[in-house]
Amino acid sequence: MKLRRDVFQAIADPTRRTIISLVAFQALTPTAIAENFDYSRQTISKHIQILTECEILEQEHKGREIYYHLNPNGMKEIAEFIEPFRKLWDDRFNKLESVMKNYQSKK
Amino acid sequence: MELKTKVIAEDGKQEILITRTFDLPVELLFKAYTEPEIIEQWMGTKVLKFDFQKHGSFQFSTSDPKGNKIGFNGTIHDFITNQKIIRTFEMENMPFGVQLEIYEFEKLSENTSRLKQNVIYQSVNHRDQNLKLPFKQGINWAHNRLEEILTKSK
Repeated sequence: MKLRRDVFQAIADPTRRTIISLVAFQALTPTAIAENFDYSRQTISKHIQILTECEILEQEHKGREIYYHLNPNGMKEIAEFIEPFRKLWDDRFNKLESVMKNYQSKK
Repeated sequence: MELKTKVIAEDGKQEILITRTFDLPVELLFKAYTEPEIIEQWMGTKVLKFDFQKHGSFQFSTSDPKGNKIGFNGTIHDFITNQKIIRTFEMENMPFGVQLEIYEFEKLSENTSRLKQNVIYQSVNHRDQNLKLPFKQGINWAHNRLEEILTKSK
């Protein structure tokens, strides 16, 4: 049995994060994904394989082509995906708080 | 330490609940959502129009790091001063859909308050796309910076 890889290991690599962001917009073939990088096709295939094993990417057969798209269930496992969203609001609210404290002291 | 800002996004639901406690009286917290000059300061956006009344509408404009203008708009559905605002919000020319926002303002003490921001999207998919947006932007910016470094080193 193949040892299932850790999702956090999968997104720790910058190339794999870029692959995730590419297929987040649309399903892509391995060739279309590889075109975005200067690395060899084999290197990109390896990254795609890791992301598939982690169930972040899913294969879809369309005729003779294989397309990769994001697996929504795999993505949900990654609480880290929510963290930038939370951070964005946390920063905004901190700003709100300091703006209003200034406003209050001016009165 | 407990986080001041919390985000709850349950699997398979089309809503997000954001909660935050503030070291501010509830009146000031409410004001931050109803005065255009104040909104500009903390949202980092230009307020083109802000007609805070029942059925009034608003329009914001923001520039992204590349200088592209992004428009936002919405309508105030209803409000209760210092308690509640119900409004819509939409990013223009983007496939993220319109969202319904219900803000609940709660007084905790004379100088502290809590905000509950409930955002309801058109579908689970729209919710997930919106939720992942800051993550994707983070990746894209990291990717652009990487490209810049690579271009310079050539």
